[in-house]
Amino acid sequence: MSERSSIFDMIGPIMIGPSSSHTAGVVRIGRFAHKLLGKVPDKAVITFYNSFASTYQGHGSDLAIIGGLLGMKPDDIRIKTAPVIAKKAKLIFEYKTVNNAGDKHPNTIKLQLTSDQKTLEIVAESLGGGVIKIVEIDGFECSLSAQTFTLIIKAEDIKGSIAFIAEVIAHDDCNIATMGVSRKSKKGEGCHFIEMDSAINPITLMYLQNLRWISSVIYLSDMDL
Amino acid sequence: MALLFDSFQAWKIHCESNNIALYVPVLEYEIALKGRTEAEIWKGMETAYTVMKEAIHTGLTQDMTSRSGMVKNTGKKVHQTTKVVLSKEFQTLIATTIAAKEVNSCMGRIVAAPTAGASGILPGILANLQNIHQLSDQKILEGLLVAAGIGLIIQHKASISGSIGGCQAETGSAAAMGSGAIVYCLGGNITQVFNAVAITIQCTLGLVCDPVAGLVEVPCIVRNASAVAIAFSSAQIAIADGDPVIPVDECVVAMGEIGENMESKYKETALGGLAATPTAQEISQKVHHKN
Ligand code: SF4
Repeated sequence: MSERSSIFDMIGPIMIGPSSSHTAGVVRIGRFAHKLLGKVPDKAVITFYNSFASTYQGHGSDLAIIGGLLGMKPDDIRIKTAPVIAKKAKLIFEYKTVNNAGDKHPNTIKLQLTSDQKTLEIVAESLGGGVIKIVEIDGFECSLSAQTFTLIIKAEDIKGSIAFIAEVIAHDDCNIATMGVSRKSKKGEGCHFIEMDSAINPITLMYLQNLRWISSVIYLSDMDL
Repeated sequence: MALLFDSFQAWKIHCESNNIALYVPVLEYEIALKGRTEAEIWKGMETAYTVMKEAIHTGLTQDMTSRSGMVKNTGKKVHQTTKVVLSKEFQTLIATTIAAKEVNSCMGRIVAAPTAGASGILPGILANLQNIHQLSDQKILEGLLVAAGIGLIIQHKASISGSIGGCQAETGSAAAMGSGAIVYCLGGNITQVFNAVAITIQCTLGLVCDPVAGLVEVPCIVRNASAVAIAFSSAQIAIADGDPVIPVDECVVAMGEIGENMESKYKETALGGLAATPTAQEISQKVHHKN
């Protein structure tokens, strides 16, 4: 075991039962999507894969994902009644299942969301203990824990872009925990995924946003704060 | 350099040579490794204990039936029956433990301690211990920190997850954390605290994880109840200087070895043991058929 656990992993997390992988992790996946959109989506198509496909109802993962999409935290007692609250929030949702997707982790969820005519697609895994991994955003591969401060930057694939972004962040006294870039094709847009140990300055964000070769910057502060 | 909780032996030596209480290095660990302040840690433990007590209350007062139909208000039944098999205290201990665990199965708020499947055990132990012995909240929170330290070592040397080590790793670890906390809170010395942990581990070794229909309901709920009984019996033995003979660190290694060699059908896969019985198969069909 490389990373040492916190004592709050022993006495905690505080969460809605029954299972950290089926409820706590699933809420966090939904909440990540909510944060990315900045609001409750208008429509959600939720696909449960593999083991999740046969167990999601028994464990209440269907309620947990809706709770997350509504912006709830893993310990929100309203999760049990999330579909009712979704109705009031005008969130339309449907569930799908896919068994035997050999290329996917046993507990995988895909979210296809629509909000103000825009779409967002996220694929994520629930790894146990409430820990999650976001593995795809809008077709860009990634590996995000959604635990730290996260930057998602879509940019033209120009030479030196990775080093440039890393340097800007470092100048802000921000320690980069992980950094990756994903491209759908050799040329064209790339998506940078950066996890940092601390918050970034608003001014640095503005600077990045204003660069001509950067098309969008999304900043997620500590998910569970 | 903070103590890393690699072994009980090192924890003991650290406390004895610095003349500090058992919970102090746990505080130091969290401050040094996770950057939390001491005030944040006490507050976090207080919140956890509050949620534990709320879970007991919820389980004893609200309807506790699960979507599968396997959870049927057992906590309340145990609480209300006039048939007392041992003592009023024992009845309350079992009722409150089951109540908190049923809240977990019924999508209520709980503290995973160390896991959601074992979430009735520390609430049952600590709330009853406090009531019976009129302990201060501060003492209970210190006990929670001691429990966390015990959990850290077990996780490091064996496992606290049913899918890796079987149920010994979940309800067994929680019981071990609880028995150590009991002896600590009642003023036992370090040897006695760790002996309680050793005895509890000896009692829960080999327990497989075989949840019916893969749900955290049967046998999880009754195993939370038996785990608290084991924790109290272990604490009673240890505080009277009963000797586990096999030192606690070696017991943890044994637990890890058993977990490693346990077949995967006994590790949360719902393929063996109780989960493979004809009745369980039938229930599983019904629960998962809805897809
Ligand atoms: S049987 Fe398995 S799921 Fe149930 S409490 Fe034990 S380890 Fe957890």
